[in-house]
Amino acid sequence: MSETTVAISEREQFIATKGRRKNSLKCDADSIAGCVSQRACVYCGARVVLNPVTDAIHLVHGPVGCASYTWDIRGSLSSGSELYRNSFCTDLREQDIIFGGEKKLAKTIDELVAKHPAKLMFVYSTCIVGVIGDDLAAVCKAAALRNNLEVIPVESSGFIGNKSAGYRAACEALLKLIAPVDRAQAAASRTINYLGDFNLAGEAWIIRDYLAQMGVQINTVFTGDSTSATLKGAANASLNIVQCAGSMNYLAAQLQELYGIPYMQVSFLGIEDTAKSLRSIAAAMGGGAIRAKAEVLIRRETDRVLPYINKFREKFIGKKAAVYVGGGFKAISLIKQFREIGIEVVMIGTQTGRREEYDTIHELVAEGTVILDDANPAELERFMTSQGAHLLVGGVKERPLAYKLGLAFIDHNHDRKHPLSGYDGAVNFAQEVYSTLCSPVWKYTAGKGGG
Amino acid sequence: MLDCTPKEMKQRHGAVINPAKTCQPIGAMYAALGIHSCLPHSHGSQGCCSFHRMHLSRHFREPAMASTSSFTEGASVFGGGANLKTAIKNVFSIYNPAVMAIHTTCLTETIGDDIPSIIKSAEVPEGKLVIHANTPSYQGSHITGFSNMTKGMVAYIAETASPVKKEQANIIPGFVNPGDMREIKRIVKAMGIKFIMFPDTSGVMDAPMTGKFTMYPQGGATVAQIKDSGNSKITLALGRFASSDAADALTKKCQVPAAVLKTPIGIKATDALLLSLRRTFAQEVPAELEEERGQLVDIMTDTHFHFHGKTVAIFGDPDVVTGLTEFVLSLGMVPLHILTGTPGGAMGSAVGSFEDDINELLTQAGISANVKAGGDLFTLHQWIKNQPVDLIIGNTYGKYIARAEDIPLVRVGFPVLDRSVHSYLPVVGYRGAMRLIESISGALLERADRDAADEDFELVM
Ligand code: SF4
Ligand code: SF4
Repeated sequence: MSETTVAISEREQFIATKGRRKNSLKCDADSIAGCVSQRACVYCGARVVLNPVTDAIHLVHGPVGCASYTWDIRGSLSSGSELYRNSFCTDLREQDIIFGGEKKLAKTIDELVAKHPAKLMFVYSTCIVGVIGDDLAAVCKAAALRNNLEVIPVESSGFIGNKSAGYRAACEALLKLIAPVDRAQAAASRTINYLGDFNLAGEAWIIRDYLAQMGVQINTVFTGDSTSATLKGAANASLNIVQCAGSMNYLAAQLQELYGIPYMQVSFLGIEDTAKSLRSIAAAMGGGAIRAKAEVLIRRETDRVLPYINKFREKFIGKKAAVYVGGGFKAISLIKQFREIGIEVVMIGTQTGRREEYDTIHELVAEGTVILDDANPAELERFMTSQGAHLLVGGVKERPLAYKLGLAFIDHNHDRKHPLSGYDGAVNFAQEVYSTLCSPVWKYTAGKGGG
Repeated sequence: MLDCTPKEMKQRHGAVINPAKTCQPIGAMYAALGIHSCLPHSHGSQGCCSFHRMHLSRHFREPAMASTSSFTEGASVFGGGANLKTAIKNVFSIYNPAVMAIHTTCLTETIGDDIPSIIKSAEVPEGKLVIHANTPSYQGSHITGFSNMTKGMVAYIAETASPVKKEQANIIPGFVNPGDMREIKRIVKAMGIKFIMFPDTSGVMDAPMTGKFTMYPQGGATVAQIKDSGNSKITLALGRFASSDAADALTKKCQVPAAVLKTPIGIKATDALLLSLRRTFAQEVPAELEEERGQLVDIMTDTHFHFHGKTVAIFGDPDVVTGLTEFVLSLGMVPLHILTGTPGGAMGSAVGSFEDDINELLTQAGISANVKAGGDLFTLHQWIKNQPVDLIIGNTYGKYIARAEDIPLVRVGFPVLDRSVHSYLPVVGYRGAMRLIESISGALLERADRDAADEDFELVM
């Protein structure tokens, strides 16, 4: 790797090693032109948050590529409509770029509504729409009146920031959808909204089931397996719990401000966090019988899954993991989850982690762990190798990189197929780590990965 | 799953529903990866580049390296010149490629960045090369982007050293897998002909596992080779949509005559490639290839009754779809629906069009079918609802229709995101045709087994 070991000096501030100097990692900055960045764009962020709204038409206003790469981008499951799994696009052409795309957008909306009866449509703007300056809001408003459905513009032009700006754009869109309610009525409802679960591989269903066992009803999930109707009634809940903070903290804060709904952070990744979260939900919902039921659930489930996890633990002695994921929340829970199965994290990075999250990461990891923001493949390689990692957790673009180095790999991306939430999720996680780390294939490779 | 597609067909003006194509830059990125030691560079926002790398990584299961100009709001207002200049400087100092291949995105096309003059005013280190292609995605498709970048290679690199041409061929393989490129090279080598293939992603996007990550794997056409393509006796452009523009450019720039052939899928198109090589270089077809062809014909004879009269829908990239259509016709199948997402010349236009090409094949076979360029999978689905078929051939996205209508799908083309190994194994040449027969008849016979009543369930089929 001689050609890429020269770290570009501007990048140095984005990399820290625990113990060596004070944590002063730079984050939330623009990438440097000319880097091979692993980052995605605003539109991508908005789309991954909103896509699990199952009965909506998700219309991309832009050229065809933006739409085709995000066609069925998430493994979010639905208990009803499958409309969200189609790819709709205005397919802007040269004419539209010159004369503006508003007319085409209006026509497209009308055509789609005629074909696919729906109550809700999200219209996403892409870079080009931001540049040619189509008045998305006006077109959507008129189309909504004409067609008698809700048409919500999502301001997600790619160049206005990175993925986290897209999360924010998605939250703004959701806020437009939520109908106002009487505050007293909401507080009395004794139901909760579950924010920041996208029902990948049915994860939201796992949590819904736990809460039901405790006697707590979910009002709606944001946005896993949600519908226009359930989201509309979101303000009816008495509490919001937030899992994926990166994407949903903003919405939770807004809901508190607008409707007085309090919120709290939870995590259902790993047995420790799951138990902790269930307990704090019980406490917030008044304790008592709910708390008692939660304890029964926690004991039963822990007893059930611990033997499996311990069995895997034995196989993982001495193994080290590297983590490079989208957001800080995921990174933090992965450190804890790896600890539960006896694996130390020696390198950890995110695309869009925030300052507080990096502080938490810094506290959690062991001395000598490398922490990095917005890394590029050369840096990932350098640190995975120098830190002696056996395994990488990452997304689509990191997978072949790990394999080329002969490292085991775990997919922690939007389109993963195994649930990682709750107790069964914890077993799945250990199982997944096992199946890649302990595969016989590493005997045939030149790298130091796996077993 | 997509059974919300209505059967009733209506004229549409705006919406694309379930696209059968994607955008130019990904094609340009793929082509650029076919130059040895080249770093593709996406001039635009990060998102596009990230999507393109992700999609290539999914199809090839290889790292797809590319840098980006990382546009912010400022750049999109004041122009991307400064970003690109910084990018050029950084790319060479950090990643040190031999060539940096810049393509534009919708954004930079719209704000109108003048790439050639930015390149001219940038500091490019001695001995290094920066090439570019304009790839606005509101025109054409990923195939257009591939074609544009390949043309860019000719424009920036190819040179004529002397008026006397060398006894060598240029082969432009088109947007096919590295496995296909390897197979085409094997065939031309077996003919005993010297050649230059560009772009050539074999060795790059199907590189072996070494335990090391190399930014620039062994494969790809070298700059010296592409330079020398100006001295060749002929250019064979395989696939009109992906390859003929570069071949034309080479004719104009270096007076290398060009022959535009079909992507050599199936027996007829492979024959045409060999005949063209034989004619130009007065080389006999070696026994090895004769034998392969004989084996293929033997297999076609052994299996023809599986195929005869079976109906099929084919979709994907125009060059590949044309090859597949010709091939299934040679097997006695009946293509009823043929669609590409890439727009391609109106009916009867002089440039030649996808629809004309396909209709000519169909007329010869006495078949009438639905044929469309610039279509989407919603249209294909509606066609199939109105006139069902026995088999679908196309990329991974066909699986939604296949499931909704309960029709077997054979995966050929780009992208294939849900299966592996495909990019290593060819569909071109006689060997590729054998592989296609295996997958097509396999799919049809699996289906027959699955549907058979107990009393009709056969051991030997
Ligand atoms: S903006 Fe254009 S180049 Fe970028 S992904 Fe969308 S279609 Fe492709
Ligand atoms: S054009 Fe903009 S919105 Fe579309 S993929 Fe590129 S960065 Fe994202």
